[in-house]
Amino acid sequence: MTAPANRLIPDRLQSPLTRALRSWEAVLVIVAIAVFVTNAFASPYFLNAWNLSDATFNFTEKAMIAFAMAMLIIAGEIDLSVASIIALVSTAMGLAIQAGAGVPLLVLIGLTSGLLCGAVNGFLVAGMGLPSIVVTIGTMSLFRGISFIVLGDQAFTGYPDGFDYFGQGYVWWVFSFELALFAVMAVVFWALLHRTNFGRAVYAIGNNATAAQFSGIRVARVRFILFLLTGLTSGIAAICLTSRLGSTRPSIATGFELEVVTMVVLGGVSILGGSGSILGVVLAAFIMGMVTFGFGLLNVPGIVMSIFLGLLLIGVIAVPRLLRGK
Amino acid sequence: MSFWKKALTTAAMATALMANAAAAEDVKIAILVKALGIGFFEAAAKGAEEAAAELGDVEIIYTGPTSTTAEGQIEVINALIAQGVDAIAISANDPDAVSPALQKAMERGITVISWDSGVAKEGRLMHLNPSSSALIGNTIIKLAADHLPEGGDVAILSATSTSTNQNIWIEEATKVLPNYPGINLVATVYGDDLADKSYREAQGLIATYPDLKAIIAPTTVGILAASQAVTDAGKIGQINVTGLGLPSEMAGAVDSGATTSFAIWNPIDLGYAATMIAYNLNKGTATAEPGASIPMGRMGAAVLDENNEAAMSDPFTYDKSNIEQFKSIF
Repeated sequence: MTAPANRLIPDRLQSPLTRALRSWEAVLVIVAIAVFVTNAFASPYFLNAWNLSDATFNFTEKAMIAFAMAMLIIAGEIDLSVASIIALVSTAMGLAIQAGAGVPLLVLIGLTSGLLCGAVNGFLVAGMGLPSIVVTIGTMSLFRGISFIVLGDQAFTGYPDGFDYFGQGYVWWVFSFELALFAVMAVVFWALLHRTNFGRAVYAIGNNATAAQFSGIRVARVRFILFLLTGLTSGIAAICLTSRLGSTRPSIATGFELEVVTMVVLGGVSILGGSGSILGVVLAAFIMGMVTFGFGLLNVPGIVMSIFLGLLLIGVIAVPRLLRGK
Repeated sequence: MSFWKKALTTAAMATALMANAAAAEDVKIAILVKALGIGFFEAAAKGAEEAAAELGDVEIIYTGPTSTTAEGQIEVINALIAQGVDAIAISANDPDAVSPALQKAMERGITVISWDSGVAKEGRLMHLNPSSSALIGNTIIKLAADHLPEGGDVAILSATSTSTNQNIWIEEATKVLPNYPGINLVATVYGDDLADKSYREAQGLIATYPDLKAIIAPTTVGILAASQAVTDAGKIGQINVTGLGLPSEMAGAVDSGATTSFAIWNPIDLGYAATMIAYNLNKGTATAEPGASIPMGRMGAAVLDENNEAAMSDPFTYDKSNIEQFKSIF
């Protein structure tokens, strides 16, 4: 048996600047800059406002969900059904246009059906106390399955004029509606997580749910609301994606759930819960979008891109730990 | 800051210079496939390269997403638009979902055509089908009839009873039956494109119709299962299995004799023809309008119907003479 190492208690805490420089977000900023500069030198087509604008569509919808997913993962839960919620919401909107719904009604249906899906997950996890990973693997099949039953190998097309604005419209110059919405949602979720009691409760639950419960936090209610949020953001993403594709098929958004989780983890959210920030998720979204686009410009096969993203993910997680000597 | 400004300006200038340089160079044609790593599309890319070599001033960009999703293809389309390619020839994962992105490509002056799996009409200039339903319907009957000079009973083993493609082909096949006297279609059964169910349906056919001379399966799952069922029943030589199959999967059946010959499109020809069409449309030597005839080099010419669709050729027949060459391709 070796004696426990002496513990040093520092005379003073790190200054805010040192802390910021040593943070995960700092690593991500460096990676983002590196990716951006490399891309700019690697391809003559990268530094073009319209091209960069097109590239943002690679991540905006996924990032919208990633904000809510980050909060959920910080609270120690996960939602793997988000891509299937998109499929179901998109199908619901497709059914609505068959019935002659207009744009405002479509949006309303999109948001409500997203919330409903979230409520189902929330009820099963928070209400019945089932593990979220099991529940959402189940609803992942359930939601998309319903979409498959409704559509089979068919597609809903013929979305009304004006609906295309959400996924194809521009607010100002090269700034698309999706990018603007992404920015607004980033601010809203930043405020919610980092500036409200609700946000503190999310961290508390993620670090120790039992302690949180005894501190007077209504754990089940917070969890339920978090699932409502992933449902709602999936609904918003479904509206944008359906509008961008101009059609609905049951295979819509296949595989989005893993990309969303990757984005969250790359953003520095601990998969075990308890820590992470919205800024990290924003940076991770940009990095993933820029890497995908940059490799696309060089016509690098997609599989190389996946390998690179995997290495990036492991690298970004491993390097800070190695540096801290843990 | 000034360093970054300099770097950015330099990069921007490089952009402008290289963009100009590229304009004077080759016609850049992107062959955008459903997903990379699929033998069928790799073969199509070979055909595209063959066309490029023949044309001389063509650069082929063979690309596609990792998995067969429309969202992945749209990301690739955006990257192709950004590079300023001259033409995109796409085999689409979804006819509708990729349409808005391709319309944007066409707005930016890119020639867009689809091949193999089509795109909705407004998302492309023309679509090249590997073959037509009528040609396929005729071919599958002809393949069976060629080896039955005296005629005989044949049965069809299809995919599901709701498979759009198979139903159209079977309908076309029944239309041409009178042209093949002696060929008697006794049954059409459905194996649902499941290996085990198709196998059982084929066994059922063999048991029910003792005089059966051929099983026609216009589906790659069905033809493989049927040839296995015929082999297992010891009916090689008595019952010939034919239809649409993949050379890699059917090589064994051709070797054993369970299948004398079968057909499927030739992906090399398809990639070649798509490249030729994209080139001609981009150069303005042909226009995509109903009734137009677009040259496809050694494949002849594609004649567009009222939907700006064209059929390349009869399905390509595979037998002992060429199966070795194609089985490693797809």
